[in-house]
Amino acid sequence: MILHEETVYEALDHAHGGEGHWAFGTGFDEPLAGVDTTVPEGIDPADLGAYCLMLGDDALVLAQRLTQWVTAAPELEEEVAIGNTALDLLGQARLLLARAGSVGVLGRSRTLATDSIPDEDALAYFRDPDEFRNTGLVAAENGDFGQTVVRLLVASTVRLAVFARLRESRDPVLAAIAAKGVNELAYHRDHAARWVLRLGDGTAESHRRVQAGVDAVWPHLADLFTATDVERRLTEAGVAVDPADVREEVVSVLTQVLDQATLRVPEWPADTPPRSRTGEHGPELSALLETLQGLARRHPAATW
Amino acid sequence: MTGVLTDPRAVAETVTDPELPMLTLADLGVLRDVRTEDDGTVIVDITPTYSGCPAMGVMRADLLHALHSAGFDDVEVRTVLSPAWSTDWISEAGRRKLAAAGIAPPGKAPVRPAGPVPLQLGPSRRTAACPLCGSADTVEQSEFGATACKALRRCRSCGEPFEHVKEI
Repeated sequence: MILHEETVYEALDHAHGGEGHWAFGTGFDEPLAGVDTTVPEGIDPADLGAYCLMLGDDALVLAQRLTQWVTAAPELEEEVAIGNTALDLLGQARLLLARAGSVGVLGRSRTLATDSIPDEDALAYFRDPDEFRNTGLVAAENGDFGQTVVRLLVASTVRLAVFARLRESRDPVLAAIAAKGVNELAYHRDHAARWVLRLGDGTAESHRRVQAGVDAVWPHLADLFTATDVERRLTEAGVAVDPADVREEVVSVLTQVLDQATLRVPEWPADTPPRSRTGEHGPELSALLETLQGLARRHPAATW
Repeated sequence: MTGVLTDPRAVAETVTDPELPMLTLADLGVLRDVRTEDDGTVIVDITPTYSGCPAMGVMRADLLHALHSAGFDDVEVRTVLSPAWSTDWISEAGRRKLAAAGIAPPGKAPVRPAGPVPLQLGPSRRTAACPLCGSADTVEQSEFGATACKALRRCRSCGEPFEHVKEI
């Protein structure tokens, strides 16, 4: 068949079956198109898929939280910064959810509503809250701007530490996603850290509010450093990172930033089993997903 | 339109970036490889700049459009994730074109060897000469610009704001 499209829009449409499906990014840009997604020997695909959901959901949910600042950030430049950070995370989420899809995590949960859309979209838009594997840290409400930058500092510090190690993962797709993400996350972490410095070592009011943000975010550190069974097995297989192994680095980075920002480091919470990683979430995740998923779920075959 | 078959690489190398149209995808280092399989299928490898780069779909479609129009009927555009793109992939020609368009090209990208990534708490150490007057006396206004790949700076000599493709 000879295809000589007149415009790039026709080419976009033609390249993906000519059905004009643009809703929810349907089909026109699969992030892993052409990537060899064979799972190396000795790696359990179900575990790998579950792990990619954890990492992907962390990014998706935090991206959605950050996006809530768009039109509401304290200044235009910061709005652009937050939007760009969210976009990087959304990109990481797409790659990771596509990786999860490529090893079959959707399996029997494919339904009529989702069988014609890419795996990443089916996973993002058509899972219920108890199927999400993100931490409570990223699902929590934004709070004020001070609390938002503290949460971003903590989340990007943990994620950067994990991704830096995942560059050596035995799954080459995961290793490549991590290598790409490291550059982005280093930028996010440093940006958040400089805001915490500026606000902590700023006026009495900015100090008070960012300290309140630290106090509000700190309890979420409790369930970040205990491995799930999936993480434990995959760490042994050389695929994943045991979150306990990044604890020291995270403590060191956060203490360094808070000290320099003249902020008090709250008592470190005792490690607890990561319930959110197995699907136990608070109502704040359901509310966030209602906004994220509402349109796609009400109009599953929507096109425009 | 009936195209004339030429070298598919030459065709692919004419395709420009949707956000930085003064650069080709080859200048940007996004175009990794163009090859023809035994059955005549043209395989094009591209790599994303940022994980969330929203332009990837348009890049892919632009490549298909250009190659189809040149008469190559079977074309497959594949994503390559490794090695990860960095601004070091932007060619010398690309850097000159950026500067000519008033956008400061990136300096050397930071090296991130295995192991923990060190924290940068001080003010950004990035520097960029003003692409308009050439002065080195410029200051960063915002670490994020209109696209993920650019920061916003201002020249203290001529007073003009300008964009800087940030090192990553």
